Amino acid sequence: MSTQEQKNKRKFRSAGRMREIMTEYYIEAKSASQTGKPVAWITSGGPVEPLIVMDVIPVYPENYGAMIGASHMGSDLCAKAEAMGYSMDLCSYARADIACALENGGPIGGLPKPDMLVCCNNICGTVLKWYEIQARYFNVPLFIFDTPFCHTGFSDAARTYVRKQIDEYIDFLETVCRKKFDLDKSIEVGHRSIQGQRLWQKVLDTATHKPSPMTAFDAFFFLALIVTLRGTQTVVDYYTELLDEMNERIEQGIGAIENERYRILWDNLPIWYRLKWLSEKFASHDACLVADTYTTAWCGTMKYIDENNFIDSMAEAYTRIYLNIGVDEMAESVLGMIDKYEVDGVVMHSNRSCKPYSFGQYDIQQIIQKEKGLPCMMIESHMVDERSFSESQVDARIDAFMEIVSQRK
Amino acid sequence: MESIREFIAASQHPHAYARALKESGTAIIGYLCSYTPEEIIHAAGLHPMRLFGSAEDISLADTHLQSYCCSLVRGALADVLAGNLEYLDGAVFPHTCDTIQRLSDIWRLNTKFRFFADVVLPVKLTTESSRAYLSDVLKKFRMDLEEAFDITITNEALHDSIQTFNTIRDMLNTLYEIRSENPSKISGRDLHGIVKGSMIMDRDAAAQALVKIADELRAEAAPPAPKRKRVLVAGSVCSHPDVYTMLEKAGAEVVWDDLCTGSRYFGGMISTSGDPIEAIAQRSFDRLICPAKHKSITIRGENLVQAAREHDARGVIFLQLKFCDPHSFDYPYLKEFLDSQHIPSMLLEVEDQLPGEGQLLTRFETFVHML
Repeated sequence: MSTQEQKNKRKFRSAGRMREIMTEYYIEAKSASQTGKPVAWITSGGPVEPLIVMDVIPVYPENYGAMIGASHMGSDLCAKAEAMGYSMDLCSYARADIACALENGGPIGGLPKPDMLVCCNNICGTVLKWYEIQARYFNVPLFIFDTPFCHTGFSDAARTYVRKQIDEYIDFLETVCRKKFDLDKSIEVGHRSIQGQRLWQKVLDTATHKPSPMTAFDAFFFLALIVTLRGTQTVVDYYTELLDEMNERIEQGIGAIENERYRILWDNLPIWYRLKWLSEKFASHDACLVADTYTTAWCGTMKYIDENNFIDSMAEAYTRIYLNIGVDEMAESVLGMIDKYEVDGVVMHSNRSCKPYSFGQYDIQQIIQKEKGLPCMMIESHMVDERSFSESQVDARIDAFMEIVSQRK
Repeated sequence: MESIREFIAASQHPHAYARALKESGTAIIGYLCSYTPEEIIHAAGLHPMRLFGSAEDISLADTHLQSYCCSLVRGALADVLAGNLEYLDGAVFPHTCDTIQRLSDIWRLNTKFRFFADVVLPVKLTTESSRAYLSDVLKKFRMDLEEAFDITITNEALHDSIQTFNTIRDMLNTLYEIRSENPSKISGRDLHGIVKGSMIMDRDAAAQALVKIADELRAEAAPPAPKRKRVLVAGSVCSHPDVYTMLEKAGAEVVWDDLCTGSRYFGGMISTSGDPIEAIAQRSFDRLICPAKHKSITIRGENLVQAAREHDARGVIFLQLKFCDPHSFDYPYLKEFLDSQHIPSMLLEVEDQLPGEGQLLTRFETFVHML
């Protein structure tokens, strides 16, 4: 088989369908003003299911931020935000989005204007400030879903507070949408959300196979649906097909990279504007990034969800997500992934755009080295602002890191 | 004035002050954020001690925190890792920003003190449910202290502490008003030392001394007001007394501030009747908010403009820590609010050290000339 044929064999047939779904989704969202459907901007870790119940179109500035990064439009938009007075040290998703709202620039000509904003601070404090800015700019109602940080567990006080906010969230939606919340429908949506999360976890689990049928770079791409359309049948159908494809690849012995010798774990958000470069770089060392801490965040709290009582139990699930827990609990989760995916080394993206994800990485690194004796490396950047990325430095570091990984094996 | 010197000495040598206090048998609890329920710590017979991250070499924090972490947090971590805070019996971390939140984890995993607590406050201060949650969190903190130090914190002790802290807040506010009325009466540098000292000194001693200082200043004949331009400083923490003297050199007087080492610390009194924990919780809802909290989308802009108007400030200096996300996100909108009222402003980003004197003075002078 020629190299080209081998490459074609490794391509995912499901990728095309994914692009179609995302295009349809954005067309529907962009035509909301004509169809009369309300649009909510919501944070990536926010409880989207009640929006689906209310027929509100959820739009994710963070998913859009990823598109901006992948389209290499981040630096320009971030610079525009800096000209507006926003520090270059701030989150590059936020900077790019703030500039985009003013300019209608960016991919697909900007996001549809929101009728409401839903901000859940389970991922960071940045989203609070970001959504306040957009609430001032668009002059639309803002709901803040406040999820107390779980440094060492989930307190009873937090449980009561977060559960109460689900009622407040529903009240908010009923007021803005001027219609009642359909409880029966919420049960269906809850089921579909759980199904979607389970399937997504199963897709990610296929990477435990050697060779892995997918890389973390593929996961970054396929992730968009569980983020944006969680709770819909589209997600369930799509991930069912994707899972089938992964299993077929396993049966046929198709690995994600040509010659998988080393298995690597990625920590933190992707560097959206260097996905291809990084993917090729690691593949050139026969290293497959088999798993990451980021894409598992959308199915990592299944253990807290009660399928028969989704609305009540989602309070806990949304509060205890990966970024809203202590560094030691994060480290435990990383250690679990190291075992599960049998990895040989860990690459940490020290992401200047995401302080809650990045501060604590050094401690996690120390724990990994102590418990597993695995090599770790750090790559520093802003996830969509290319000006912060030093390709030659990262290139040399990856070479040095892979040398250590190969010596250990 | 003798009593002022006591505050300044404490603000300049916090560790020496704390060590002496410790030797006298007082247990000390460190904290970084002005939302710390100091009254509860004080009512437990413990000493609340604000940490400013004064380590000379903050590179000690490099093994735990990246270079894009603010100097306050890096400094505090470096201080504890260097052993400068060995007098502490513990620390408390109210939920503030993403960075302090992670400092809390790193502190918990890398230090060994008798006491440690996260007080995960609500971020939105607008609903009944967040008020109830805040009270629950404070009650839990009270119980944690009782358990760790094997004591009972009575409501009576809490009421007494509330009185003490109300006196401190009231007196600091009075001193600020005295200075705003006539900046010749007390220098900006001294007042900065007093506020900072109030977060370090024994609170009963501080409360008494502040009453005395206020009385003496009130009684003093007023020297003529200086002919400098009146400005307001806004930001997070100010640990740089030189800012005040340099502004004076540049022809400006800081007549008020919106700092968590200033008016945000002393703003809002606690009710002395009813349940003391509920009353403490209520103050968090009443006081001027910090940008890491939410009350409304425009309240900080409105407050800033109002403070500038009330104190006849001709300009505002934003004094921000580099890498401080909550303040950096608010800056453009606060500036816009000021612009709309024709109040000029300048932004000064600082780290643990101020920029060189010449450079800073030139920037201040240029700004002050525009006013």
